[in-house]
Amino acid sequence: MLRVEHSTVRFDGRTALDDVTLDVGDGEVVTVLGPSGSGKTTLLRVIAGLQRPDQGRVVLDGRDLASVPPHRRGIGLVFQDHALFHHRDVAGNVAFGLRMRNEPAAAIGRRVRDMLELVGLSGFEDRSVATLSGGEQQRVALARALAPGPRVLLLDEPLGSLDRRLRDRLLDDLARLFAEVQVTAIYVTHDQAEAFALGDRVAVMRTGRLVQVGTPDAIWAQPADADLAHFLGLRNVRDGSVVRPEAVLVRVGGGDGNGVVLAAIRQGPTVRLVVSLDSGETLEALVTSLEHPEPGDRVSVEIDPAGIVELP
Amino acid sequence: MDRHRDPLSARAWRAVGYGVPLAFLAFFFVFPLAEIVRRGLGSGGGESPWSVLTDSDTRQVLWFTVWQAVASTALTILVAFPAAYVLGRYEFPGRSAVRALVTVPFVLPTVVVALAFLAILPQGLQRGWAAILIAHAFFNVAVVVRVVGTFWARLDPRVSEAAATLGAGPWRRFREVTLPLLAPALSSAAAIVFLFSFTSFGIVLILGGPAYATLETEIYNQAVRVFDLRAAAVLSLVQLTCVALAVLATTRLEARLAIRGQLRSERDVLRRARTRGEKLVVLASLGGLALFLGLPLAALVERSLAVGGGHNLAAYRALTEPTAALLATPWEAVLNSLVYATGATVIAVVVGGLAAFAIARSSRWSTRLFDGLLMLPLGASAVMLGFGFVITFDRAPVDFRSAPWIVPVAQALVAIPFVVRIVVPTLRAIDERQREAAALLGAPPRRVWREIDLPIALRALAVAAGFAFAISLGEFGATVFLARPDRPTLPVAIFRFLGRPGELNAAEAYALAVVLMVVTAVSVFLVERIRVRRLGWF
Amino acid sequence: MTYRHEAFLTLVVVLPALGLAGCGSAESPKDVVLVTHDSFVVSKSVREEVERETGLRWRILQSGDAGEALTKALLTAGNPEGDVFFGVDIDLLSRALAGNVFDTYTPPQLGGVDPRYDLDPDHHVVPVDHSEVCAIYDRTWFTSRHLVPPRHLTDLVLRRYRGLTVVENPATSTPGLAFLLATVAHYGDFSWHTFWEELRADKVLVTDGWEEAYNARFTGGSAHGTYPIVVSYSTDPAAAVYFAGRKIERSPVAVIPDTCFRQIEFAGILRGARNSKGARKLIDFLLSERFQAGMPLTMFVLPARTGVPLPPVFRRFAPTISHPLELPAAKIGANRDRWVREWTDIVIR
Repeated sequence: MLRVEHSTVRFDGRTALDDVTLDVGDGEVVTVLGPSGSGKTTLLRVIAGLQRPDQGRVVLDGRDLASVPPHRRGIGLVFQDHALFHHRDVAGNVAFGLRMRNEPAAAIGRRVRDMLELVGLSGFEDRSVATLSGGEQQRVALARALAPGPRVLLLDEPLGSLDRRLRDRLLDDLARLFAEVQVTAIYVTHDQAEAFALGDRVAVMRTGRLVQVGTPDAIWAQPADADLAHFLGLRNVRDGSVVRPEAVLVRVGGGDGNGVVLAAIRQGPTVRLVVSLDSGETLEALVTSLEHPEPGDRVSVEIDPAGIVELP
Repeated sequence: MDRHRDPLSARAWRAVGYGVPLAFLAFFFVFPLAEIVRRGLGSGGGESPWSVLTDSDTRQVLWFTVWQAVASTALTILVAFPAAYVLGRYEFPGRSAVRALVTVPFVLPTVVVALAFLAILPQGLQRGWAAILIAHAFFNVAVVVRVVGTFWARLDPRVSEAAATLGAGPWRRFREVTLPLLAPALSSAAAIVFLFSFTSFGIVLILGGPAYATLETEIYNQAVRVFDLRAAAVLSLVQLTCVALAVLATTRLEARLAIRGQLRSERDVLRRARTRGEKLVVLASLGGLALFLGLPLAALVERSLAVGGGHNLAAYRALTEPTAALLATPWEAVLNSLVYATGATVIAVVVGGLAAFAIARSSRWSTRLFDGLLMLPLGASAVMLGFGFVITFDRAPVDFRSAPWIVPVAQALVAIPFVVRIVVPTLRAIDERQREAAALLGAPPRRVWREIDLPIALRALAVAAGFAFAISLGEFGATVFLARPDRPTLPVAIFRFLGRPGELNAAEAYALAVVLMVVTAVSVFLVERIRVRRLGWF
Repeated sequence: MTYRHEAFLTLVVVLPALGLAGCGSAESPKDVVLVTHDSFVVSKSVREEVERETGLRWRILQSGDAGEALTKALLTAGNPEGDVFFGVDIDLLSRALAGNVFDTYTPPQLGGVDPRYDLDPDHHVVPVDHSEVCAIYDRTWFTSRHLVPPRHLTDLVLRRYRGLTVVENPATSTPGLAFLLATVAHYGDFSWHTFWEELRADKVLVTDGWEEAYNARFTGGSAHGTYPIVVSYSTDPAAAVYFAGRKIERSPVAVIPDTCFRQIEFAGILRGARNSKGARKLIDFLLSERFQAGMPLTMFVLPARTGVPLPPVFRRFAPTISHPLELPAAKIGANRDRWVREWTDIVIR
């Protein structure tokens, strides 16, 4: 298992990583969620050995990695923007890590074929990486990192530069792949849908600190603070507590009502309602029915006490 | 590439990009050189061209010329590499000063440097091929450090890091990732160093001693001493052929090695050395280079101070007084040098820049030929070209023999290949998608050029301008032929002092060499500075 | 590239070329142009004086060393770069005359010139100065070691002077060639080989040019030098005092008198000169007492005119070489290349 202990990194007086401690179990996928500039990439670089922490250490299977250079750590990294070798073709990129271990050519060839099949790029061996689409480059980067069978796989916003549809598809592929190869992985993203979809656990980062680590359900059920709640999309914050949008019950008619609908936004199967209460407060509600109030409708709003989360 | 764009402006673009440099080269290089070779081959007396070609002496000279040039290039790259690495990877205080300082040896007159080397080399090393190679490395280190260092500073470091996470140790990362990515810049720099070493003159004569001869020294010998113009012409053709072959090979190699789409801004790449190991690497690389370049330069400074049995500033004081050695004061020579260098830089950057844009946009064989043609002046015999100027531009309306602007034109001929070699790899590395993106955002072709190519090329153009300036400051072979005596440049003035007996004259020559060093360092530093401030690269 | 850009380029590249081309070729007939080598020097005051006296504007073109300058003159014979050429060495005389470079002119001043120097009876060229190339030695070096310095040419191959001499390559250097001619003149056409074979066995150092020999190898020219005997000029003892950078009473270098070979430098009017009248005036001036008297301190050569007073530093420190070694110019012209080849085979191969 992998353990990051009290790691701190400072750049020219700015603290990029602030006393971060994180455990990742064997075969576990931990997603690191946070806005850009929160220190996610720095955390990955510390684990990979590309960045020496000013304090703290990284331990893999009980061994302190401080004196182990990146190329001996057995940790794979999928870079943001991929960082592919443009001077080599697709097979050359995937084979690279295997060649570094001086594996026999036949074994390398087999492994490259398997890897390309795994990421759905069979037959791409001789293509120049510069001619590939963004999604294809992404898959090559993944195959390249997986090929040597790394002890831990790190992924730095691997889907960041791709379009939404491609991202959704690759997200499914990745989830399937993680399950298939049983790899221990840390996946960095600023997109909570990705983080919650892929992670066995989610680690939330902000300004270099780990704010909360837990299963997606646990984080969703009990965000660590108001800012995180807000970041997760829980915008109904009042008096140190959060009201989940699904616990805000909205009915049309039924007396005079106590608020007016400002907006109704369909998001897939649900509709998000923004309601302005007569008390001056604004609440968001989630409605799953096909029929829903329209903006301007006067509604009555109740709150299910079970959906109130006290913030620590 | 131009298919979807306004065809007329694309054609006009090409016409300028190819036309101006070709016209310049044809008029100021091909024309005079062809004229002198024609005259030489047609002249009677001496041996027949064939017997010169097949002479065993010729073969021996050719063999030495080639191998010493190859070995000099290898040694130069070896010596320059650590510093290029540091400049390409680390931000440190005085970084631009280091870039300016390495240029200093490059501009010093060969005679002065050769004499400085005689002062510091151990007795056993003073004569022979080893001294030649060391001096060539000393001169040309700047080429590799600057060309490769600049390119390196724009390579995405994460590509090498990706290799590290895949299990590649430092050596394999270097060999399998960094080196292939650096290859275009490396081959550019190597081509220039090769050509300079191939046509080396003063170094070979002094440090090689009389037993060593290159094609260049032999051409000079035949043309000036033996006055066998025919043999000189034949040897010139041999030299040009070799140079053309070398040039074609490199331009071809360069086009093949070009890798698009992975250049980043220097600001994203460079970082401070953090660990003790990194700091040690920076210090050791720069320190080693400082020692290698500094010792001969220190010897020069020492000799400029050695007057009257002790060390003092007498030579520097004497520089301010009118001297019998020159028709101008030494300080006027400084001013002349700066004026000529400015002119040569403008010509070289305009002509070479246009050519670079044309070359980078195509990889057809005709473009490669064009590219190679522009390199040829680096490998042509200075003395033959000088004679060519004299017999070609001798009648109205082209009687330019004593026109003052012929000096910067001749200097620009040598500087243009630098501009091309430095700018082309950078342009080739521009991601085509950036151009496409700009076009899709509504930019017509010339606008794409101005918004994408030009800003990206500016940095390289500035480096090239710095080089062109330095080359012009240091150029001697053609300048001594063409400069008017009342307007001597610094190297010419140094040479005049060196040719006179007496301690003070020698010290004044060395003092002027020190002045040349300072002028070079400061002006290269400033040329590069102006760009950063005014043009706001990235 | 817009048309404005193109117009701009035209402005930058083409216009100056045309404009300056105009200035370059425009030469008023009042100009007189002297074509010469790098070592030619004239003081500003003398130059202004001649311009005042003759009403001419005197321009000077310097084109490399003596060999390069003459090569240029030969290449442009008939359509010269200027009007007068100065700097034909005696060893290049026959080549220059064969190249049909000069018009004849017998200046009235020639009467004042020592007839021994007047080697061209047709007066295509006239002698302007002479100098003696000699082996010289570092006096301090020998005194401090209590060694007797060499006195004769033959001494140079003595065992006790082994490894002390530096000479210039006659193939690339004017003084080097002069010294080879000195040995030919002294030993005769066949035994000069023996002298050089012995000198080679004595580990003589050969340099490409005078600059390296004097400024880097000669102990009297550089603190890093290791050779106390060098081939240079008889005027060096005076120059060493004049350019010592301080006042000294005794010259640090001395001449070995019987090693000296006489060099004569000639000037002539270039065939096809644009201003032949001015050219004659310039030749007259080169032979005038005013110019001749200035040559020692500007160019470190001696006047061809007789009876020109020498500067005190020359009178006191430079020895007069009354009987230098000499060879007929025609003999030099006929054998020069062969001698240099033979010398190369003996000393370098």
